[in-house]
Amino acid sequence: MNVAFFFEVLIGGLLAGVMYSLVALGFVLIYKASGVFNFAQGSMVFLAALTFVSILKMGINFWLALIVTLGVMVVLGVGIEKVVLRPLVNQPPITLFMATIGLTFVLEGLSQLVWGSQPHGLELGIPDVPMEWLSQKWNINVSQFEIFAAGVAGAMVAGLALFFQYTRIGRALRAVADDHQAALAVGIPLKHIWAIVWAVAGFVALVAGLMWGARNGVQFALTFIALKALPVLILGGFESVPGAIIGGLIIGASEKLAEVYIGPMVGGGIESWFAYVIALLFLLVRPQGLFGEKIIDRV
Amino acid sequence: MLYREAGQFKSTYAEDQQIFPIRQDRFAVAALLVVAFLVVPLIANQYWLSAILTPFLIFALATLGLNILTGYAGQLSLGTAAFMAVGAFMAYNFVLRMPWLGVIPSFILAGLCAAAVGIVFGLPSLRIKGFYLAVATLACQFFVLWAIQRIGWITNHSPSGVITAQKVVILDYAFDTPVRKYLLTLAVVAVMALLAKNLMRSETGRAFMAVRDMDVAASVIGIPMMKTKLLAFAISSFYCGVAGALFAYTYLGTVEPEAFTLDLSFRILFMVIIGGVGSILGSFLGAAFIVQLPIFLSVLFGGISHATGMEISHAVVSNMELIIFGGLIIFFLIVEPHGLARLWQIAKEKLRLWPFPH
Amino acid sequence: MKRTTLAFALLAVAGFSSGALAQAKEQFVPMSYYWVGPYAASGSGIAGGAIDYLAMLNARDGGINGVKFTWEKCETEYNNARGVECYERTKNMGPTGATLVHPLSTGITYSLIEKGTADHIPIVSVGYGRTDASDGRVFPYVFPLITNYWSQNTAKIKFMGMQAGGMDKLKGKKIVNLYHDSAYGKETIPVLDAQAKMYGFQITHIAVPHPGNEQQAQWLQIRQIQPDWVILRGWGVMNPTAIKAAQRAGYPREKIIGVWWSGSEEDVIPAGDAAKGYIAAAFNVSGTNYPVIQDIMKHVYGKGKGEMDDKSRIGSAYYNRGVVFSIITSEAVRKAQDRFGKGKPMTGEQVRWGLENLSIDDAYLKKLGAAGFMQPLKVSCLDHEGGGAVKFQQWDGKQWKVITDWIPSDQKLVRPMIEASAAQYAKEKNITPRDCSKEK
Repeated sequence: MNVAFFFEVLIGGLLAGVMYSLVALGFVLIYKASGVFNFAQGSMVFLAALTFVSILKMGINFWLALIVTLGVMVVLGVGIEKVVLRPLVNQPPITLFMATIGLTFVLEGLSQLVWGSQPHGLELGIPDVPMEWLSQKWNINVSQFEIFAAGVAGAMVAGLALFFQYTRIGRALRAVADDHQAALAVGIPLKHIWAIVWAVAGFVALVAGLMWGARNGVQFALTFIALKALPVLILGGFESVPGAIIGGLIIGASEKLAEVYIGPMVGGGIESWFAYVIALLFLLVRPQGLFGEKIIDRV
Repeated sequence: MLYREAGQFKSTYAEDQQIFPIRQDRFAVAALLVVAFLVVPLIANQYWLSAILTPFLIFALATLGLNILTGYAGQLSLGTAAFMAVGAFMAYNFVLRMPWLGVIPSFILAGLCAAAVGIVFGLPSLRIKGFYLAVATLACQFFVLWAIQRIGWITNHSPSGVITAQKVVILDYAFDTPVRKYLLTLAVVAVMALLAKNLMRSETGRAFMAVRDMDVAASVIGIPMMKTKLLAFAISSFYCGVAGALFAYTYLGTVEPEAFTLDLSFRILFMVIIGGVGSILGSFLGAAFIVQLPIFLSVLFGGISHATGMEISHAVVSNMELIIFGGLIIFFLIVEPHGLARLWQIAKEKLRLWPFPH
Repeated sequence: MKRTTLAFALLAVAGFSSGALAQAKEQFVPMSYYWVGPYAASGSGIAGGAIDYLAMLNARDGGINGVKFTWEKCETEYNNARGVECYERTKNMGPTGATLVHPLSTGITYSLIEKGTADHIPIVSVGYGRTDASDGRVFPYVFPLITNYWSQNTAKIKFMGMQAGGMDKLKGKKIVNLYHDSAYGKETIPVLDAQAKMYGFQITHIAVPHPGNEQQAQWLQIRQIQPDWVILRGWGVMNPTAIKAAQRAGYPREKIIGVWWSGSEEDVIPAGDAAKGYIAAAFNVSGTNYPVIQDIMKHVYGKGKGEMDDKSRIGSAYYNRGVVFSIITSEAVRKAQDRFGKGKPMTGEQVRWGLENLSIDDAYLKKLGAAGFMQPLKVSCLDHEGGGAVKFQQWDGKQWKVITDWIPSDQKLVRPMIEASAAQYAKEKNITPRDCSKEK
């Protein structure tokens, strides 16, 4: 076994995992604050990327387009919270989950209705080519773009962690995630907090959309990214931001290693289920994921 | 006025415990069965039979299966399409390799295979709950589809993995016209719906509901967790497997793994939620709603463009259909989260008092 | 309550009116394609081309011998069940029922084979579908026209041989078949294995799980193998992802040869600069410089009609493919009318005869305004494929440049495999193959 090749697969897998956790972060944020498993995160990523690319194509400059798209996502997030979630406030989680699936259809149809169904490329200025010195010195191919994406994800996680820890709104979010009624009792305006959370999730969706759009092109299949993020979520725990990152690393690395080393023995293509099976096995040991909150059942 | 129980006395335990204790209900169900079995084949045209009624029945059966698991036993599952796929492919294999069995026993065996798969993938439910379990069942969904594509003998080594279902011949009577396929499907679904209804009224059903409501308390009072949860998975997968076999044999005519994607699992979950969680009637209502809605929207838009003579780009039309579909689901969940079955129940309550207001 | 009744009334009117409006001299063609979902770009492009060509015929020539085309659009969402439902809904529309069906999905094609045969409606799968239906004796109503998957695969190997300097130079070379893990993707595995034995090259099959937006592991494996060529048999997002992953793995795109469902603008534009040099097969070319496209611009778009909202998509590979579909439809109807009555609407059975006796040579193509646009076609009872050749084109960053002429397929290898597979199907289904010599 070629050691350099092993490291190449491992590093590639870790970096791919970071990309997964970018998407998983959006899920975690919303679940943490409002207990809703937002299946529409995938289509939010798609909508964000598509809006950005379409605005760019209209000739508007990069940063302005970014701000406009951010605005759109924030408005969308607030709108979703108001129209879909507030009427469903005390419903069982499965109802909310189904509502977000319905929302997925709406967002998918809306994106293609407004911006058309043509796929677009997205260039962020960082070429997706192997890093020269790594590939020449050790024959390991690591893409520059993936390092950049990992950096962005790391910065975002650090930013979110600081936000939650040290700002007033962040603390209010954690309070709401802990116990809605207690937060209300202390005077935290729940509706505002939920609106903020959805807006932040929209921002996360935008960043994820940019990264994934640059990687694979902006087209409908971006919505399937959500399915890649789900094993990350269950491994890391639905409520944990560091869990999303660590879960992503584990899933990304093990998935790629399995596909390269075990895949050829069973005919290949095991990536589609391997991540889920890994997450499942983890769950058997820790039923709430690595960093998730223990579900306490009172009888 | 019409729907009163006054004057209906029960003098035996059997009478008291029957499924439809009210005489009007019995009439209504009998009439419905007569219409479904005798009247519909005579008046319905081929489009209605093969494109609307047959898939409605098949999806109703799959919804029944998922309802048993998610509605009655509280185990959220997203692997329904995988169980249907197992049923479809195993039915094909049984009919292909053991033709002396006959089609109906092959369906039953295929259902049992699906049940076995269901038990294996239901094992995590002993440790995991809630959304974690749902995502874990996704492992089942993806793994089963991958296995079907990789294991050659399942598809009889066909290079593309698509197999055509054989003609259904029972006791020398060929079920190859739409009317006959519809009647076969109807018969199977009616029998299995009756079985499901009775199952849910029995001790098993009550055990399921106890597990759904509070599984710790259920195990405290002596309901065996493992047996109950795995039985729920097994029965649910059996129903989904038979539905999958019917899907292949009486509806599509071909079996391919791509027909059983995650999208189908979500659709069936929609049918459960919109129809009414934990309700047999709700399964049928939900299936009718979800099967009909895209077709209705499509015909409606076609009608609008014919009537107004406007040429709307079809991309707009199709995307509008998608948006309206999603929007209606959300609307429905907001307006009646307990589903169509609850609406029906409310209607029945009002009927008991009609024409009086209270 | 009032609103629902109004909706139902509208629905009823719509349902009945489409039947009532059918005039005597109309040829109805169902347009069941997909305008939403992951493949919406291809579906809407092909649908646009198909509808525009028929609209052009109506406007420019008054239809075929005075019989105008009508159509009904139906959304299949690339889903088998929806495809079957669209078929059932549209098959009896129009004075003579549906003329023929282009399912635009291998899965839907499989589902419709038996139904179309029972209803006497031809199922035409141009460049996709069930390969062994090329044997028309077993599949009288199924037409995998122009090229099927196996034929184009042999043409591809021939092209590689051309690049290597001769088919004998293929011995010892390494080829990777990167395929979409679906029915469509797996179809060419047997024919590649057969050719590997014949020519002595090493073939490795690597699967990409659907939908194909993660291919890192696969391309790392390819990097290990270091093949001389990679055959990209993708669909949808798998294509640009593969090209980008190739760039990431440092594999030259000039050595990637895509199938025709991986060779359109929609497949390369999202990959940006990474796609420069990528080669793909094609059975129809892109471009607006053909009289047939110019006529569409003049007679349809010039009058303010036309399916494509984004006019820059006219002339793209998928749009032109749709035009090819409709050329086949209309010429089959014309051929049927020549025999069964000019100026009368044709039934599915009659159009089947028309399809089976379709013969479009270079001179005819010139008359149609499609010389160089599509290849000459000669269908027969034995051969429902009718063509078998492909061209290869290379993406230069802005458009596809054709780099070869029509390369014919290796029918000596492919035909026996097709006949064997069709014979097995006939045995399973108790079908007696037709005797072509007895047909008129």
